[in-house]
Amino acid sequence: MPWAQTLDQIFPLAKHWLMGFVPFQLRTFVSAVLSVAPVLLVFPLLFAVTTVLERKGLGRIQNRYGPNRVGPYGFMQPIADGLKSLTKEDLVPRDADQVVHLLAPIVLVLAAFLSYAVLPIGRNMVIVNLDAGLLYFFAVGSMVELAVFMAGWSSRSKYSLLGAMRAIAQMISYEIPLVLASVVVIMMSGSLSLVSIVDKQSGYTATLPHWFVFTPWGLMGFILFMIAATAESNRSPFDLPEGESEIIAGYYIEYSGFKFALFFLGEYLGMLATSGLAITLFLGGWAAPFSFLTWVPSYMWFFSKLLLFIAVFIWIRGTLPRLRMDQLMNLAWKFMLPMTLLNIVAAGVWNLMGEGWGRWLVCAVIVFGPFLVLSGSLKKRQRLQMRTYRYAE
Amino acid sequence: MTISLILLAAIAIAAFAFAMFMKNAIHCVLALAVGLVGIAAVYLDLGAQFVGFAQVLVYVGAVSILAVFALMTTQRGDDQRADPGRRQITWTSLSGTAVAVGVFVIILLSVLSSGMGIRRAVDTPTVSAVEIGDALMHGYALPLEVLGLMLTASMVGAVIIAMPQKGKK
Amino acid sequence: MMTPLAYCLVLSATLFSIGLAGALIRRNAILVLIGIELMLNAANVNFIAFWRYSANPLALTGVMFAVFSIGIAAAEAAVGLSIILAVYRHYKTTDMDRISFLKG
Repeated sequence: MPWAQTLDQIFPLAKHWLMGFVPFQLRTFVSAVLSVAPVLLVFPLLFAVTTVLERKGLGRIQNRYGPNRVGPYGFMQPIADGLKSLTKEDLVPRDADQVVHLLAPIVLVLAAFLSYAVLPIGRNMVIVNLDAGLLYFFAVGSMVELAVFMAGWSSRSKYSLLGAMRAIAQMISYEIPLVLASVVVIMMSGSLSLVSIVDKQSGYTATLPHWFVFTPWGLMGFILFMIAATAESNRSPFDLPEGESEIIAGYYIEYSGFKFALFFLGEYLGMLATSGLAITLFLGGWAAPFSFLTWVPSYMWFFSKLLLFIAVFIWIRGTLPRLRMDQLMNLAWKFMLPMTLLNIVAAGVWNLMGEGWGRWLVCAVIVFGPFLVLSGSLKKRQRLQMRTYRYAE
Repeated sequence: MTISLILLAAIAIAAFAFAMFMKNAIHCVLALAVGLVGIAAVYLDLGAQFVGFAQVLVYVGAVSILAVFALMTTQRGDDQRADPGRRQITWTSLSGTAVAVGVFVIILLSVLSSGMGIRRAVDTPTVSAVEIGDALMHGYALPLEVLGLMLTASMVGAVIIAMPQKGKK
Repeated sequence: MMTPLAYCLVLSATLFSIGLAGALIRRNAILVLIGIELMLNAANVNFIAFWRYSANPLALTGVMFAVFSIGIAAAEAAVGLSIILAVYRHYKTTDMDRISFLKG
C-alpha cells in the first residue's frame, strides 16, 4: 500500500526534501545534523517517559500510587524533576578533584549517546551504517566504566570509591557474557553490521517471522544477553553498586543537582541503547511480528518493542530482590560464561545440520540441558523445615 | 584529509605528553585514556575501522581500567603528599630526557631523509570485517591459536601471581 | 612538504620518544608500564600507516600485525600489573627507587 510506504519512510523523505534547500558546501554537515538531531530529541524524551512510568509502575507493584500530583495521573512529573535538578545547589566536596568531578557525568552521557549511532530504528533509518557496527557499540559501551571510576575516585570519599570498585567489577564481569551472547548472532548472520543483521531476520514463513529469538540458540542468547544487559546498566536485581538501602548512592553519592540528573540520564540511556541492541539482534529490529501487520511503520514497531522492554525492566525491578556481590560474580563467571560458550557450540551445530526438525531437537538439548544442570548446581540445597516463630519477650 | 590527521595527531600527542608528565598518577592514566581514543581516531582516519574499534575496546575499556585498579590498590596517602625532589633535575631525569630526545632525532632524520615522499597517494582502502575474519581463519590461523594460548597463559599467570598467598601474610 | 605517510611516521616517532622518556624518568612502577604501552601504540601506528600507504593494502598485513599487537599488549599489561601488585604486597611501595635491591 503506497500510503503505508510513505508513512514508513516519512523521516528519510523529509530529510531528503530538506537537503534540497542546502547549498553544496554545507551538505555533509547539515546531513549529519539532520540525522543526529532526532535521536538527541527522541531518546531523552523517552528517558523522561521512562522515569515516570517506572515510578508509577513500581508504586503499583508495591501497592501504592506513584506520583500523581503533577499533571494528569502524574505524567508531568519529569518536568518537575527536571526543574528541581536544574535549580538545586551544586555541591562539590572541598577535597574532591574538581576537573575529574566535572568530567565524569559528561563522559558517561557522551558514551551513552554515541552508542545510538549504529542502531537501526526503522527501514533506512540508521545514522551511520558502519561495517563493524556491533564492535563499535561494544567499544563505546566500554567507555562507561572509565566514567564510573572517574566519578567514584574524584569524590574522595570511602563510600563512593567502594561503590565505584564494585560497579566496575560488576560491569567488566558482565561484559564478557554480553559480547559472547551476541557472537551467536554474528555467526548466524555473517556480518557485524546491524542493518544486515536486521535484514537477515526479515522473512516470514506462514505469517511467522524469522527472528533469531525463535530458535533454541537465539532464545538462550536472548536470555543471557538480557541478564548481562541488566547487569551492565546497574539495574535491579544487579544494582548493588547503587543500592539505595545500603551504600546510599554508591559512586555518585557526592553529586547533586544537574550532574546527578546527568548520571541518571546516562544510566537510562545506556539501558535503552542495550535494549535497542537486543531488539536489533534477536527480535528482528524494526520488523513486524506477523506478515499481515507490515503496513504499520517500521519505527512504530521498534518503539513498541522498546516500550515492552522498559515494562519488563520495571517489572523485574519491582519483583526480584537484590543480588549480593559474591552471588553476582558467581552468576557471571560460573553460570553465564559456560552457557554462552555452549550457546556458540549449539549455533555451530545448527548451522552444520541441515534443515529439518532434527537440528531443533539437538540444539535445544545442547542448550537447555546444561542450563538446568548448571542452575541447579548454583543453588544451595535447603531443607524445608517446620517454621519456627520467635516472639519478642 | 591531512588536516584532520594533523589535528587528531596533535590531540593525541598532547594527551600523551600530559599522561607521562603529570604529577597525580590518576590524572596520568585518565590522560592516557584520552590519548588512546585519539589514536583510535587516527586509525579511523587512516581507514582501519576494525583496528580502531578494537583499540577502544581493548585499550580504553580494559588496559586503562587495569591500570586504574592497580593504582587504586597501591596508592597510599603519604606517597602522594611526600614527593621530595619533585621536578628536581636528577641524573635520572636528565639522562632519560637525553635518551628520548636522541631517539626522536635519529628516527626523525631517517624518516625525513628517506624516499617516503615518492609514493603516490592511494584511496583509502576499505577493509570489511569479513575480510579480516577470512584472513584470521585462513592465512593467520596459527598466530590466532598461539594468541589464544598466550592470553590463557597470561590470565592464569596474572591470577596466580597476584593472589595473596595462603599461610604467609 | 611532507607526505601524509611522513606525518604518520613523525607521529609515531613522537609517541615512541614520549613513552620512552616517561618509562625512563617516572618513579611509579605503574607509570613506567604505561610508558611501555605508549611505545607499543607508537609501533601500531607505524604498522597501520605503512599498510595504508602501501602498494598492496588488500593483503591486510599491517592490520593483522596491529590486531595481534593489541592483543599481546593487553596480556602484557595484565601480567605486568599483577607483578607490580605482588611486589607492592611485599615492599609496601611502588616507588622504583626504593625497590632497587634484589634482596627480598
